[in-house]
Amino acid sequence: MNEAPVKQAEERRPDWAALAIAAVLVVIALVIFLDASRLREMMGYSPVGPASVPMAIAGALVVLAIWTVFAGFRGDFPKREHQEIAPVAWIVGGLAAQMLLLTTAGFSIATGMLFALTAAGFGKRKFWISIPLGIVISFVVWAVFSQLLKLSLPAGPLEQLFF
Amino acid sequence: MNTFEYLLQGFAVASQPMYLFYALIGVTLGTLVGVLPGIGPALTVALLLPVTYQLDPGGSLIMFAGIYYGGMYGGSTTSILLNTPGESASIVTALEGNKMARAGRGGPALATAAIGSFVAGLFATIALAFIAPYIVKFALAFGPREYFALMVLAFVTVSAAFGDSTLRGLTSLFIGLALAIIGIDQLTGQTRLAFDVPDLLDGIEVTTLAVAMFAIGETLFVAAQGKRAPDKVEAVKGSLWMSKEDWKRSWKPWLRGTAIGFPIGAMPAGGADVSSFLSYSTEKQFSKHPEEFGHGAIEGVAGPEAANNASAAGTLVPLLTLGLPTTATAAIMLAGFQQFGLQPGPLLFATNPELVWGLIASLLIANFMLLVLNLPLIGLWVRLLTIPKPWLYAGILVFATLGTIGANPSVFELGMLLTFGLLGYFMRVFGYPIAPVVVGLILGPMAEQQLRRALAISQGDFSVLVTSPIAAGLLLLAALALIVPLVLRARGRGDVLTKMATDED
Repeated sequence: MNEAPVKQAEERRPDWAALAIAAVLVVIALVIFLDASRLREMMGYSPVGPASVPMAIAGALVVLAIWTVFAGFRGDFPKREHQEIAPVAWIVGGLAAQMLLLTTAGFSIATGMLFALTAAGFGKRKFWISIPLGIVISFVVWAVFSQLLKLSLPAGPLEQLFF
Repeated sequence: MNTFEYLLQGFAVASQPMYLFYALIGVTLGTLVGVLPGIGPALTVALLLPVTYQLDPGGSLIMFAGIYYGGMYGGSTTSILLNTPGESASIVTALEGNKMARAGRGGPALATAAIGSFVAGLFATIALAFIAPYIVKFALAFGPREYFALMVLAFVTVSAAFGDSTLRGLTSLFIGLALAIIGIDQLTGQTRLAFDVPDLLDGIEVTTLAVAMFAIGETLFVAAQGKRAPDKVEAVKGSLWMSKEDWKRSWKPWLRGTAIGFPIGAMPAGGADVSSFLSYSTEKQFSKHPEEFGHGAIEGVAGPEAANNASAAGTLVPLLTLGLPTTATAAIMLAGFQQFGLQPGPLLFATNPELVWGLIASLLIANFMLLVLNLPLIGLWVRLLTIPKPWLYAGILVFATLGTIGANPSVFELGMLLTFGLLGYFMRVFGYPIAPVVVGLILGPMAEQQLRRALAISQGDFSVLVTSPIAAGLLLLAALALIVPLVLRARGRGDVLTKMATDED
């Protein structure tokens, strides 16, 4: 898809996303490099130790970052479709809510919130339906998986009420 | 003992009532999840892995075999009845299958896909049983350098050989490799990149990464597309059964598809959907009705579907005999083995023959169950496709997080799930493939171990890597697989490679 010829006028305009991606790759490479040099100091010099492969990977990431910059300048990066932010925010909020509620409120309530907020991301904003529905579904899932399949799923007040 | 006796022994293991029951649950769950739009075989396997945690290794792997084959089958039902552009555009089955469904011939399309899958699964699994012992014998002579070369080849074919960009494929791979460093180094016990976080000492779970990138990444991506035209589910009208003419036009494509798919899957090139693409173009050439292609030719469903399934069975050859996963699905299956401390490879055939042959036998059993189960239950699968998107994706996320919580009920693990989900989303937005990350994560530590062993034996002399003919040959192949596509793309001939790429299976 990126093979489509780019318009002459656009040819010299860098793709900022590509530059940002290259920057992220360099940062990851740096983190790996710092960690590996700490290891190298600790282990003393050896031809191949625990630091060798990380060093090589860090090097490769830098090369890929440079390549990405070139691709960005040449307009080799694929065109992005328009992305809507709001649904993504709803779903990320759902996952965050589940994460924070899990230990205190238990699996069913936390996961029910995830269910309702994900549905909201897809346009179902009727929370008085979706939250109870989500909690009921999650509770059934909890009962089946923790009681029948012996998976250790955290229990909260709701689960303790029944089991 | 010869292969026949081993296989019979395998059947004796797999036909115990409890194991048959596990296989049945496996195929049912696999089809159930695989049929949901947006869920491919890799995600099906990742989502259902936790279900098998509490079983014994034999039962767990047998259920897994069922899930794998069921997921493959469910996916083809989705492509025929629901033309989801973008997501499964490269699944060739959708090309002709959806056209057939629109023309009211959905029944025969599903039937030829089901029977083709069965035929391909049958022949390919038998081929697996007969080829595996030879490869095992061959692989016993492999030292660390040969394994390292083999893994390098797998890295290249998974990331760079197919798809639309060498750069983005390699970047995905190296992100996976970078994540693989995290944790305790297996050879020296040093911690790397753990930043004193105890949760990171064991490294990153393959299943957490796979579920996050495939399920959460995909959900976020679909949600971010906003309100597009709703997908239309084609009703199955008319007879489910194939006419005499359909049979006549189907059986050769099934066999040809199997013959194309199995070797491609068995070679470490299974990372892409090359086989179904090749089968499609072969059928177009051989067909007596080339004018029907693009308008619902049954050959175009029968061949690629058989090829797809045969290559799925083919990927089990390197996985079982060498411990080498060449697709995201195989990588997750390898994680399934590892949860029991089992390492697939030549030694597993020697130390645990009941398990390996039981698994192979249960693949045959699962294949047969699918044939019996699927056509009668087609109405149920169709109904699953009509679940409205909000409830569908909300449900998918419930199950996606369930697996992670079941494996490790910690806030930290869920945080990783969210982080990698976002990573998966951004990678999709910018056109980076997902499978190389997963394969890099699981294969990275193995490749590093082999490399360091090889260099330890040679006392640091790098030339040891190319002085064995097998290792040198494999590395040369890897170099070709990297350079040839680069040249092709530079000359503007890359669109063929793009078509061959799929993210999953």
